[in-house]
Amino acid sequence: MSILIDRNTRVITQGITGKTGAFHTRLCRDYANGKNCFVAGVNPNKAGENFEGIPIFSSVKEAKQRTGATASVIYVPPPHAAGAIDEAVDAELDLVICITEGVPVRDMIATRYRMAGKKTILVGPNCPGVITPDEIKIGIMPGHIHKKGRIGVVSRSGTLTYEAVGQLMELGLGQSTCVGIGGDPVNGLKHIDVMRLFNADPGTDAVIMVGEIGGNDEETCAYWIKENMKKPVVGFIAGVTAPPGKRMGHAGAIISGGKGTAAEKLAVMEECGIKITRNPADMGRLLKSVL
Amino acid sequence: MNVHEYQGKEILRKFGVATPRGIPCFSVPEADAAARALGGKVWVVKAQIHAGGRGKGGGVKVAKSLEEVHEYASKILGMTLVTHQTGPQGRLVKRLLVEEGADIRKELYVGMVVDRAAQRVTLMASSEGGMEIEEVAAHAPEKIHRVAIDPVAGLTDAQADEVAKKIGVPQASIVQARQFMQALYRAFDECDASLAEINPLILTGDGKVLALDAKLNFDDNALFRHPEIVALRDIDEEDPAEVEASKFDLSYISLNGNIGCLVNGAGLAMATMDAIKLFGAEPANFLDVGGGATAQKVTEAFKLMLKNPAVKGILVNIFGGIMRCDTIAEGVIAAAKEVKLSVPLVVRMKGTNEELGRKLLKESGLPIVSADNIADAAQKIVAAVAGK
Repeated sequence: MSILIDRNTRVITQGITGKTGAFHTRLCRDYANGKNCFVAGVNPNKAGENFEGIPIFSSVKEAKQRTGATASVIYVPPPHAAGAIDEAVDAELDLVICITEGVPVRDMIATRYRMAGKKTILVGPNCPGVITPDEIKIGIMPGHIHKKGRIGVVSRSGTLTYEAVGQLMELGLGQSTCVGIGGDPVNGLKHIDVMRLFNADPGTDAVIMVGEIGGNDEETCAYWIKENMKKPVVGFIAGVTAPPGKRMGHAGAIISGGKGTAAEKLAVMEECGIKITRNPADMGRLLKSVL
Repeated sequence: MNVHEYQGKEILRKFGVATPRGIPCFSVPEADAAARALGGKVWVVKAQIHAGGRGKGGGVKVAKSLEEVHEYASKILGMTLVTHQTGPQGRLVKRLLVEEGADIRKELYVGMVVDRAAQRVTLMASSEGGMEIEEVAAHAPEKIHRVAIDPVAGLTDAQADEVAKKIGVPQASIVQARQFMQALYRAFDECDASLAEINPLILTGDGKVLALDAKLNFDDNALFRHPEIVALRDIDEEDPAEVEASKFDLSYISLNGNIGCLVNGAGLAMATMDAIKLFGAEPANFLDVGGGATAQKVTEAFKLMLKNPAVKGILVNIFGGIMRCDTIAEGVIAAAKEVKLSVPLVVRMKGTNEELGRKLLKESGLPIVSADNIADAAQKIVAAVAGK
């Protein structure tokens, strides 16, 4: 079992003909069941053509109708990324994963507003994507570092997620699903949403929750875990050494008005019974200790 | 991106936000001329730097004569202004704003931020003008009133009026306060601002509502559609190392420690800094070389770190995913040779082709120490810098 995606998910790539979209579509297609999963691309100017055998349609709606796809992944450039999400939402896809980094916050506010009451789940933007190892990967993470197993991983950061996965693998622990929710302040799934899914997934035994400075999503999730989570969760928060008022790479990674510090987040997580580590090399070992 | 107060006010005025009249000046004669042009009997001479706390630091003076304008302008221009936001080194004042004096009856606070939880722009207002909002939040949180703004409807009349009443705007000035806040929201929205702070917002003796100060930040991701805002960038207000880094598409932030770090990915970069701290030292910088790090980018990153004389050692931490470790290793070797590296270097590489990467480093003949994981790497560089 897994969350969000599995070998049966059928995916449309929005931005399949761009450099990034083409590069990663190839890697995703070549991973596990990818050849059957990546069924369509969208580009209104190239409708009727194909990308290495993957048919290109003029719209998400048409791609969905013609292929039965229920999910999409977005690589289109920042000025058009929110519009691409809107199109996927209007086509009533179940899941949209937006990889694009650098989407204006105002665009995301408008898009999130439009999504209210719609069925589509959004992951990202500015995220590595989602992988259910040995079944399907949708996004830019390196597939081969993963292995099928029973640990869930949720994180705001790309390479730090890979780091957590790498540590699990050294201990022989595979993953049910790994979700990169992205580093932007206004986005789709938050830690709490992914945690709910892991809690309900019979294929997940425990979860690594990786956070970073900025906002209070980790705290919100921690309070929910305290009341509801039936499985062990361990956590790490990056940015203990980050200075206030500085954007640490990710648009959302900023301590503003003294709020959103790593110390604050770690304190709340501990208070809520989550085992935390301040050593980024220790995430895997800590997870193993709670199994 | 930040702008100066006078630039922020110019933007706000275009959207109908009322401010005192003022003229930016780059020299004392310009300040003299500005005061004469503005007329009146009272002027305010304000240092223009991208940091708050200017008044307390001596960068804002009320002048009651043209002679005083001259005196204060001479004093403030060229001074190194130290505030709680500039750090102890302070900031050199190169620009002034000379404004007409205002008859202040009451000082209030109005701000706008993006509320991440609500996923909306939120208006924050308080009767405690002139105080920092963080201070009010800590000591009198009940005095801060918040309204989440609907992105389609905007700030409604009813919402604006209610907030105005709550922060003590008298009935006679409610309509003005409403128009002020609505104009502020339009400016925020249309200019892709990420923060707007009017502190203080003042009520004058004759019932006017004016922005006495203005702080605007803009969403870097949206600057591509605002060339008029990009044109306001003042490089003098930015860290030269960060400006240099941005030329090479490197995400770099100067810090106070002595261990330079070069990492791929923002989260991993922060985690690496944290590990350095955990093992007893301080990072000299945050540096994310990004996903598509090339040998050239790595070389530029090394040059950048080594420009900082405080750097006594370097830690490279790469998780090779799509980017292969051997490619990174080649970049590190080329960079170390080109910059004639003279400080200890610890490299930790994990992921795709890690063995090949390590082999390349070993065979390079360079004194590079390999590490197995982040903790091992941090301990090794901390020990090397401490001379152990």
